[in-house]
Amino acid sequence: MSLVDCSMLELAGRLERKEASSVEATRACLSRIDAVDGRVRAFLKVDAAGALAAAEASDRRRAAGKPAGPLDGVPVGLKDLFITEGLETTAGSKILEGFVPPYDGTPVRLLKEAGLPILGKLNLDEFAMGSSTESSGFHPTHNPWDLARSPGGSSGGSAAAVAAREAFGALGTDTGGSIRQPAAFTNLVGVKPTYGRVSRYGVIAFASSLDQVGPLTRTVADAAALLQVLAVHDAKDSTSAVQPASDYRAGLEGGVAGMTLGLPREYFADGMDSEVEAAVRAAARAYEKLGAKVVEVSLPHTRYALATYYLIAPAEASANLARYDGVRYGLRAEGVKGLGDLYVRTRTQGFGAEVKRRILLGTYALSAGYYDAYYLKAQKVRTLIRRDFEAAFKEVDVMVSPTSPVPAFRLGEKTGDPLSMYLMDVFTLPCNLAGLPGLSLPCGFTRAGLPIGLQLLGRPFDEARLFQVARAFEREHDFSSRKPGL
Amino acid sequence: MESSDFQAVIGLEVHAQLLTRSKIFCGCSTEFGAPANHHTCPVCLGLPGVLPVLNRQVVELAVRTGLALGCQVRPRSVWSRKNYFYPDLPKGYQITQFDLPLCEHGRLEFDVGGQMRLVRIRRIHMEEDAGKTVHDAAEGESWVDLNRAGVPLIEIVSEPDLASSEEAAEYLKALRDVLVCLGVNDGNLEEGSFRCDANVSVRHREATELGTRVELKNLNSFRFVRQAVDFEVARQVDVILGGGRVVQETRLYDSVKNETRPMRSKEEAHDYRYFPEPDLPPLTLDDAFVEQARKALPELPRARHARFVSQYGLPAADAKFLVADRALADYYEAAAAKAPDARKLASWMQGEFARLLKEQGGTVSNLKVAPAQLAALLSAVDRGEVSGSAAKEVLGEMFRTGEEPAALIARKGLAQVSDAGALEAAVDEVLAKNTGEAEKYRAGKKQILGFFVGQVMKALKGKGNPALINELVRKKLGG
Repeated sequence: MSLVDCSMLELAGRLERKEASSVEATRACLSRIDAVDGRVRAFLKVDAAGALAAAEASDRRRAAGKPAGPLDGVPVGLKDLFITEGLETTAGSKILEGFVPPYDGTPVRLLKEAGLPILGKLNLDEFAMGSSTESSGFHPTHNPWDLARSPGGSSGGSAAAVAAREAFGALGTDTGGSIRQPAAFTNLVGVKPTYGRVSRYGVIAFASSLDQVGPLTRTVADAAALLQVLAVHDAKDSTSAVQPASDYRAGLEGGVAGMTLGLPREYFADGMDSEVEAAVRAAARAYEKLGAKVVEVSLPHTRYALATYYLIAPAEASANLARYDGVRYGLRAEGVKGLGDLYVRTRTQGFGAEVKRRILLGTYALSAGYYDAYYLKAQKVRTLIRRDFEAAFKEVDVMVSPTSPVPAFRLGEKTGDPLSMYLMDVFTLPCNLAGLPGLSLPCGFTRAGLPIGLQLLGRPFDEARLFQVARAFEREHDFSSRKPGL
Repeated sequence: MESSDFQAVIGLEVHAQLLTRSKIFCGCSTEFGAPANHHTCPVCLGLPGVLPVLNRQVVELAVRTGLALGCQVRPRSVWSRKNYFYPDLPKGYQITQFDLPLCEHGRLEFDVGGQMRLVRIRRIHMEEDAGKTVHDAAEGESWVDLNRAGVPLIEIVSEPDLASSEEAAEYLKALRDVLVCLGVNDGNLEEGSFRCDANVSVRHREATELGTRVELKNLNSFRFVRQAVDFEVARQVDVILGGGRVVQETRLYDSVKNETRPMRSKEEAHDYRYFPEPDLPPLTLDDAFVEQARKALPELPRARHARFVSQYGLPAADAKFLVADRALADYYEAAAAKAPDARKLASWMQGEFARLLKEQGGTVSNLKVAPAQLAALLSAVDRGEVSGSAAKEVLGEMFRTGEEPAALIARKGLAQVSDAGALEAAVDEVLAKNTGEAEKYRAGKKQILGFFVGQVMKALKGKGNPALINELVRKKLGG
């Protein structure tokens, strides 16, 4: 097996046993990037020098018998929403082109402290607003399983890089499905942790009450190991959870016998791809064979989730993106006449169409006279959606659903119709509204060879159980071992 | 209708900077006067990805203020974003409190012309300050200094209970005294750490409804508050008497021209699009926190003033002088505990003590003279060991060296001569030298008594006990 085909933990084992070095692994990734990224276009910025320097330091630690952690030396990529000191950070937007931050965000600091070399910054929908990586201000990313198709979004660059073996794992962010949907489109494991589990300090904000950081990896154990590095309380994020994370790998092989899994009726809606539905129902039957009880549950307010999300997320975004004003950093339009002109021209030139659309939506929803009818109402519905889950989780331990109603779609297929793009997140965004942990894992392929994702949703801070349930399925199936024929 | 038929209705909004060492949502210093953008970090610069973390001391000081002003403190208050674009507002929104503020329903009592007035406090909330934009008109450039961005403020909003510019100014002074006494604000209007906007309307005396209100900005001294309100009230009355209607707007006070002029109309007013700040959980305070703050409240200036008058028998003016500065009042009380006469102590502290204090920078916090030493000096005067005038010299030396008064009196030879023999000898000598004057006195020119006393004092180099000399001279001259 080629080095780049190793999972993160397999590579860590080789590093531990001195069968490979971090520098070799990093060079292997860089070679792979050279070979395939011209077609995949996952990376916005490759930091070869930085990654190799970190790899050399890691090799020295391992040689001294003092690794910084189990993943020391395993190279990863970062969605370009993570603030990296000294390394350009753009959020996929022209408005931040050339912005080199003076600080590291907390997730990046934790990765560096754990010894993981950072290969570079990965493409995304501009400011994470999108489900296809096509709204990137720079270029779209291609799905390694079919280069004519989207890898999903907004963490499409992260998903494509890991699927294409350009990185062993990657970090993404998930506001309404932006980790899980790309994972489903590219045959990866993707985790959106409980809101507050991972610090958002140094992660460029899209919708602050919904954003969460999480891993994209090729195996369940890798996701557990990578999340373990990040799942610590951070005093710099006032919404960071204080309670310590459990050991995500301790019970990984515990199986599902005795557990109750729920199939939310509302997640098997009309318009779902029949092959996706068949694969998910087959997965449910597989869980039954493994000893789980599978029952149908109802989340009656699900049909309001999309509308709720598209009020709350743009409202928060409209404020979060106000700081990109041309005054202190990033793009400043030239030849402006006065302050108003500076704002208008900078933001007109710097932001893409989807970002502008959402700023307008959010500004409208918060405006005097509309606030009660839109934003406030949406917050009330959000509470109802959360209560749906609370009630359902009294009956079941984990919920099982499709991650996306369809497999990866063609690039350009939905860019002319924003609403059809928004519908891509219909199964993933209720989990963000409720602040719950969600995970997507490979559960099959369409006849055309496109990956299908299975979504697991859990109780707050019950990530360990999601990993256990995911692993139970992964152990019995070989979907994860398949790789795209680039 | 004439102008005297109208009365002013005034409410004030005060922004007071809290005396914390660091900013409200980051660790940067709040020091005033540093080079531009010196006290900044990613958080207060509003860089991408940063998050606010609340400074606990801000809450403590705000709660202290609320309790002192008799407010109800909300067990759960909410942070909001106030959205508007300006170069000195780095995030494009200000983190403040909107519909669920920290404190509500308070009151402030104060005196206007000897009459007690009570103004209701509508609310007190916490927020971050913005930075400063400096316009260089000559170069056509503007510069932004974000040292002040993120400095903690409280906004104290009164009900429209004030009926004149004088009341407004007295309310402000009383409020400032309370904040300074609480140690939450330095009361400095010039540096902008205590700022005021006024909402002014007028109504006919028989009207029950309030008139249209105008918000006045740029009132950065007590005098400007008075002048701006007076101008604005007269302007509004003129508008109404002229058959017009007052327009709801924000007006800027121009202290050079002493006038207010329109800044923005109601139509141009910002829609701030307030919504709850998702980066900060609601602030919850338990009863223990609030009770602890309540117990730690100092005696407020007004209550202390009343006590000084009753407990120490001070004239109101003396009490007012002492109470105006909490540390000075504390100093007075410590000295009064040991001084022979609390009233004399008070007049000393207003006189020579205040003069020396001013020379040294005006604060008793790092004074070399301990309250007990001041009391000891006054005791020496009381016992006739040192004359009042010599005591002033002694006090000056105490300010410089911190020496004990007894030691200083001895060292400088300033002990007062009270020895009857020594005094009598000096008196006899003076009378012998001035027989002509003595005859005049005996003949009825009693007003020249002071001449003899002065001559004796001169002979004794100022160290004679004046009361005893007086008595002796009178006795020798036959009454």
